[in-house]
Amino acid sequence: MGVDKELAKKLLKVMMEIRQFEDTIMELLAKNIAEGGSHLYAGMEAVAAGTISMMEPDDYITSTHRGHGHAIAKDGDLKALMAEILGKKTGVCKGKGGSLHLADLSKGNLGANGIVAGSLGIATGAGLSIKMKKTGQVVICFFGDGATNNGIFFECLNMASLWKLPVVYVCENNLYGMSVSVKRASSVQDLTKKALAFDMPSDCVDGQDVLAVREAAGKWIEYARSGKGPSFLVANTYRYYGHSRSDPRNYRTREEEKFWRERDPIKLFSNKMVEQGILTNDEVKEINEFVKKELDEAVDYAINSPLPEPEELYTDLYA
Amino acid sequence: MREITYREALNEALREEMDRDPNVFLLGEDIAIYGGAYGVTAGLWKKYGDERVLDTPISENAIVGVALGAALTGMRPVAEIMYIDFIGLCLEQLNNQVAKIRYMFGGKCTVPFTLRTEGGAGRTLGAHHSQSLESWLIHIPGIKVVMPSTPYDAKGLLKSSIRENNPVVFIEHKMLYNTRGGVPEEEYTLPIGTADIKREGRDVTLVTYSRMTLFCQEAAAVLEKEGISVEIVDMRTLLPMDIETIVNSVKKTNRVIIVEEDCKTGGTGAEISAQITENAFDYLDAPVVRVAGADVPMPKSPVLEKLAVPDTERICKAVRDMVRL
Repeated sequence: MGVDKELAKKLLKVMMEIRQFEDTIMELLAKNIAEGGSHLYAGMEAVAAGTISMMEPDDYITSTHRGHGHAIAKDGDLKALMAEILGKKTGVCKGKGGSLHLADLSKGNLGANGIVAGSLGIATGAGLSIKMKKTGQVVICFFGDGATNNGIFFECLNMASLWKLPVVYVCENNLYGMSVSVKRASSVQDLTKKALAFDMPSDCVDGQDVLAVREAAGKWIEYARSGKGPSFLVANTYRYYGHSRSDPRNYRTREEEKFWRERDPIKLFSNKMVEQGILTNDEVKEINEFVKKELDEAVDYAINSPLPEPEELYTDLYA
Repeated sequence: MREITYREALNEALREEMDRDPNVFLLGEDIAIYGGAYGVTAGLWKKYGDERVLDTPISENAIVGVALGAALTGMRPVAEIMYIDFIGLCLEQLNNQVAKIRYMFGGKCTVPFTLRTEGGAGRTLGAHHSQSLESWLIHIPGIKVVMPSTPYDAKGLLKSSIRENNPVVFIEHKMLYNTRGGVPEEEYTLPIGTADIKREGRDVTLVTYSRMTLFCQEAAAVLEKEGISVEIVDMRTLLPMDIETIVNSVKKTNRVIIVEEDCKTGGTGAEISAQITENAFDYLDAPVVRVAGADVPMPKSPVLEKLAVPDTERICKAVRDMVRL
């Protein structure tokens, strides 16, 4: 799949935005500026950036427990996302959602979810809606390996396949559902096999290689858009931080972490682009500096934004 | 006015709303070819086809989740969960997703979502097909809970529920489907969130809803002959609760009995009772009394099933006891 300078810059920028966003939140948590839970996407950037780069702006996504990356890749506003994580009035959900509930319907992001596998139904329903309205849109439903052991996963894959809905189910296999490894949680190690029961085509991709992700996602998005039905794509990837900030990561080894960090999606891609002469080292640095500035602005905006008024407690419950 | 059954009234409401708005569609178990376990959707599949009347797999959690996803993206789904006893299978989606999504997203979406289901005892179906679980649902901010007792209310409230831009759980009663009542030919809707005085009286207020409204009416007729005048407040909507209508009635009669089919402990009546105490304590001449379902799984045997839910005689006795105080 060909890559020109413009696309290379765009992909790199999105991945750097996600990485720096997550690193920044880790710092804010350490300084107690950010409070509460936060499940970080660092290490997995190529999956969100690669898949979503193949979508149209009015296509839908549903996101996961670890949803910052998807929100950013789906054209999310860094300032509004950061403000939301700090519970500010200017947040994308007015400070009522937080890290686990980032959503922006105006961008086609139907939301992250605090319940593992909780968004499978929403994604499948959006697919049904598209089919009924014949709008030609598609849905990407993101979820982790842990969700593939939950009942609604099976219910939804069955329905989507039965009704030929335009949904690409993207399983981000980062090897652990909180602390329990796929080996200890799933009777099937090759997760693509789970789609076989529903006669749904499935595929597997290196989730650290953004171009490979793009190619696979593009194929299945086109499959959905042409009315052929749903598909199941497993992206093998890894999260750098623990499940959440209180996680001592005692269920995995430092060697394993080192192995994956050597396959860092941002380094892999920028090195490749420089080697192929599509980007120069200076251009890579420039993007990095640009994103740093964006993040500084987002943090300033979020920190200096007002908190919700007390009256906000009872608003937005009913339309 | 012509008389039709509760079932026919619901069927008309669905039909009219499907004609009115092309985004309205139905999904649920056995609702298409079969016409619904209790026949409420009969004929609709023939008229609207597979595109708008969807037989689903037996996947309650996905039915609710899929309906939500459709509602968020421009459709107006009416999902059916065949028995309220199955609500546990989809409470995750109903409680965590459907009810909360608008609030969690800062009001940036609407959820035009109706979930029809039915509950209650009376057909000796045993513990998994006879429950009254509405009290679980009124504990969920973000949804509305409607429980009509008459064909007229059923039709007007179902139409309003479908047009509502908030999630509504609409709970029918299996023993009401064949009951008949006046329903005008012409178009009408009824507001969600308002109780209805089904009978005016002076001595005691019976606060009730769904099938128990009929028992209360029977009891009131018996008691009238004994010189006791009973007022009946039919809640119709449990969430949001029309406490104002209840309080106004209590101010008039100074005595109140709550008649409910669900289990007494932690039931809907407990909430109504607490609200009366908070809002009308000074007007009460007697403690609030509940006539409620027994705190047991619904037994199969008709003799035991009858004992497990209130009947006319128990309501009469509670009223007599209270009036004698």
